[in-house]
Amino acid sequence: MKNRPINNLFIFLVFIFLYLPIIVLVVYSFNSSSMNILFENFTFKWYEEIFNNKELIESFLNTLMVAGISTVVSTILGTMAAYGLYKYNFPFKNLLNSLIYIPIVIPEIVLGISLLSIYTLMRLELGLHTIIISHIAFSIPFVIVSVRSALTRETITYEEAAKDLGASNFKIFKDIIIPIILPGIVSGATLAFTLSLDDVVISYFTAGPGSNTLPLYIYSMIKTGITPDVNALTTIMLLIVFIILTTIAIIQTRKIRKEAI
Amino acid sequence: MKKKDFGFKTIFILPIVIYTLVLIVLPIIYVLFLSFCTSDSYGGINYQFTIDNYINIFDITYIKMFVKSALIALVTTFICLLISYPFALILRRKSESVKNLATKLIMVPFLTNSLIRTYGWIILLRKNGVINNVLTGAGLIEFPLNLMYNKVGIIIGMVYTLLPFMLLPVCSAVFELDKNVIEAAKDLGAKPLQIFKNIILPQTISGAFNGSLMVFIPSIGYFFIADILGGGKTMIIGNLIKNQFLTARNWPFGSAISIFLIIITFALVKVYKRLGGKIEDLGGL
Repeated sequence: MKNRPINNLFIFLVFIFLYLPIIVLVVYSFNSSSMNILFENFTFKWYEEIFNNKELIESFLNTLMVAGISTVVSTILGTMAAYGLYKYNFPFKNLLNSLIYIPIVIPEIVLGISLLSIYTLMRLELGLHTIIISHIAFSIPFVIVSVRSALTRETITYEEAAKDLGASNFKIFKDIIIPIILPGIVSGATLAFTLSLDDVVISYFTAGPGSNTLPLYIYSMIKTGITPDVNALTTIMLLIVFIILTTIAIIQTRKIRKEAI
Repeated sequence: MKKKDFGFKTIFILPIVIYTLVLIVLPIIYVLFLSFCTSDSYGGINYQFTIDNYINIFDITYIKMFVKSALIALVTTFICLLISYPFALILRRKSESVKNLATKLIMVPFLTNSLIRTYGWIILLRKNGVINNVLTGAGLIEFPLNLMYNKVGIIIGMVYTLLPFMLLPVCSAVFELDKNVIEAAKDLGAKPLQIFKNIILPQTISGAFNGSLMVFIPSIGYFFIADILGGGKTMIIGNLIKNQFLTARNWPFGSAISIFLIIITFALVKVYKRLGGKIEDLGGL
């Protein structure tokens, strides 16, 4: 494909498509009408309104908590699993290796109902904790995949060298393996966090009464109409994401420049 | 093996074994078990063996729903492929930093919940929504189009939500193409379509199938998109399972449909492996 303007236009249009609903939500967060239909006047009132909407704040904080805890736990467990599966041999390893991918491939709804069924069987009361366990369950495989791609053959060489020099297993893992696979761990953790924030289906089945997260709160409002304070909250979330991403990008370019010098 | 080494190994292996058994194997086996049980009229489960749940799947109303659901999923997958290939082929010629930025920007929308973004589509697509207002305002159409509460709306929503899962694997497959082979084909006078059919497609087929799996399978289950943008008129398999578990409370029948979906999924993964795809590439977003 040649570098024609029409080609760049295509890329641009794909991104417009991907960002269109978000742009609309942001624009309507400044609309004085509460209907999200006609744009009347510019206002900041929905941003103030967020603080009066206890349910919205609570569900937002719950969502962050679920994403935070499930990311930390699944990153630790996933990283350890990836290393364990890469380093050791044990009975049924191949079977385990293929079973781990099940949560990635089966439809989310099937994972959702099977987790719901097992919680019911175990007489586990549904609530925020069951959402967290479920998010950990579907995040671990994604972390394993990310970390595994960072574990290459060179890792074995470094590891054996360190072992010959008398380093303990723990020291090898801490000082040699972790630094090498750190990019994989970071991208795995990012993925786990993103998937948890994005999830609707799994949360829908594994939430209990009173355990409100953002998607569940929005789902309950969507038929009657969503108030623009939700748009305002989304706008703030996006702003934070862009600030974080830009900071990371700036740090990375500085690092590359330093290394170049 | 030294004793210390054994302890270390246990720390790294045991948690993942427990995780796999408790949160993957056991739930699926239990659903399989449920699918052979009967349900009583109060929504409880009778542990009485039956294969009726599987026979009921082949009822004509459900078959029709399955076909509709599969068609929606197929159209969604096809549209995602149609967008992803040109996207990846154009991006392939850009610099590394542009590629990196583009792949990052694909994922950013995920950081707002997909339900919120689906709601954004309501504002855009409804009768008095943004798109219809713009089109009528510009005089392009006389009456507002029915862009939602029908299958069009569902497909727009599905393509929108799942497109990143196609873009990323197709991009990574296309970026790995050997530039020299394509140049050589061009020098030998191959036409663009020939190059695509004979070189690009065969070499990127596992990436394309990877994306297709990650689009097709979830789109069978995304009941919330069918609910919101389809207006509840079009039921997909996801809605049926959801209803069996939460409203009709016929867990055994819902389980049978779920097992049916798992079997389809495994069959598709088998095809993917045949095409040379690696299972560990499936989650590599």
